[in-house]
Amino acid sequence: MIRFEHVTKRYPDGTVAVDDLSLAVPRGGITVLVGPSGCGKTTTLRMVNRMVEPTEGRITIDDDDITARPAAELRRSIGYVIQHAGLFPHRTVLANVMTVPRLLGWDRPRARTAAMEAIEKVGLTADQARRYPAQLSGGQQQRVGVARALASGPDLVLMDEPFSAVDPLVRADLQQEVRRLQRDLGITVVLVTHDIDEALTLGDSVAVMRQGGHLAQFATPADLLAEPADDFVASFVGKDRGYRALGFADVRVTPRAERSVQVGEQVRAGSGWVLVTDGSGMPLGWVDGTGWGGPVREDRLHRLGAVASPDDSARALLDAALSSPSGRGVVVADGRVVGTVTTQDVLGGLDRRHSVGSVGKDAEHTVGSVGVVEESGRVEGDAP
Amino acid sequence: MIGGVAWSTLGDLTLRHLYLAGLPLLIGLVLSVPLGWLAARVRWLGPPLIAGTGLMYTIPSLALFILLPLVLGTQVLSDVNVLVAMVIYTVALLTRSVADGFASVPAPVRQAATAMGYGELRRVGAVDLPLAIPVIAAGLRVAAVSNVSIVSIAALIGVSQLGQLFTDGFNRNAMGPILVGIVACVALAVALDALIVLVATLLTPWSRRRVPA
Repeated sequence: MIRFEHVTKRYPDGTVAVDDLSLAVPRGGITVLVGPSGCGKTTTLRMVNRMVEPTEGRITIDDDDITARPAAELRRSIGYVIQHAGLFPHRTVLANVMTVPRLLGWDRPRARTAAMEAIEKVGLTADQARRYPAQLSGGQQQRVGVARALASGPDLVLMDEPFSAVDPLVRADLQQEVRRLQRDLGITVVLVTHDIDEALTLGDSVAVMRQGGHLAQFATPADLLAEPADDFVASFVGKDRGYRALGFADVRVTPRAERSVQVGEQVRAGSGWVLVTDGSGMPLGWVDGTGWGGPVREDRLHRLGAVASPDDSARALLDAALSSPSGRGVVVADGRVVGTVTTQDVLGGLDRRHSVGSVGKDAEHTVGSVGVVEESGRVEGDAP
Repeated sequence: MIGGVAWSTLGDLTLRHLYLAGLPLLIGLVLSVPLGWLAARVRWLGPPLIAGTGLMYTIPSLALFILLPLVLGTQVLSDVNVLVAMVIYTVALLTRSVADGFASVPAPVRQAATAMGYGELRRVGAVDLPLAIPVIAAGLRVAAVSNVSIVSIAALIGVSQLGQLFTDGFNRNAMGPILVGIVACVALAVALDALIVLVATLLTPWSRRRVPA
């Protein structure tokens, strides 16, 4: 674990970047430092690998003072992912990823093997490993940045705004990737971002910092949303925090049985919205049988909307219902439709919870019994 | 014979010219790298160092050729005077280029290298210097052409190289040697320039491969 003990960073011109910070970052999991620009979050991160030296206080990793050994040696033991990847443009992807193993004095074959493993872990190919960074897309470069941080197998990886320079779709991918790698490798990740959504999505615990280098609150995402420590945190997590808290709210909703048809089967006019699945029960879309009847063709399919799984948060279930053309959100488990939920179902579930406890406080209550629909039913009178 | 100049003479003079202009280029490069690095690294030292070395370029070459034997205690006709003078001019031109080259290394790249655990000197050799090559090479090309041009003036103090064709032509009132000298100087400058471009390209394979469209 990383422990900050009354750490202050004051620059010669009097600017205080970090002010009397005390914080214990737990081992394992992802800890996010988040805050507006100028809050000292990057300075805090950089003090961990001594890119910045504190003016006062001390920092320990697993109870060892980080100043006990040479800075370069400390840095080789800590993975670092920098904004815009910061890859060495004059070295191939493979050589970039081999950097830390080589600095640690590993021989070439061993460093190469470790680097190739890391490159595969982040989802890049051997062919891409031979290229120069400029030949890759921004998202791929950022993956190389992550691989470079992981190659020597550090316990601790620091990430400074790692996804801020990539487009939103790629960012979501990379976030999932980092989450997966963190779990698979059991490492500790400390990540800096200015994006509260990213912090709430990725963080197991989130340290909210405010201007002048003060720690405003250190809590789980659910607690930040449910019980912000002060007005600053409340406004920083956003106006719609009540809605966002649904992302961490478990709700007991039993999906309703939903009849479905397959492509080619008949839908009778006046039967309303009908769910279409393939032979294995995977949902394909909806057909509008309000004023139309006939055999279902692919080109009559309406979009499915978001799909939720039975143990998803209230937010995901609600989103499924809201984004479905029928108003019924499709719930899928193991690739098969298990039923649908309406907004009423989800909201009703939330109302029942409030008589039990406040949002986000009862994580031990997992989604209760989810009724699995037997075989999907058939629309009445639907003769082949 | 060409333009009243024997081929063997022309060959000898060209080789002498290459030696007097080229060797200082290499020595000047070696000296400029640490100077330019200091100028880029130490904030308060940068401006005076670059301005100071740059000023040396304004010393008239003839004056330097004449003064150096007094300062160095060398013979007036010694090659050393010319070599030292040319090193001074090379350093004058290159220090700024080297400093610019180091400054052109993207900050995130340098920070990433430090964060990976490179010590300062090792990082300069492994990361900063290779990335500074294109800018340094550009400066070296200017210095090469400048050296080829300035060296010819050494003919006035009796150190033989292609510039001797100009003094000969002038003394004998003959256009031939002068024209031959000019063509040879230009050819030598172009050859040196091409060589620098070639070496820089070979040293920077990453800059040749671009993203396939």
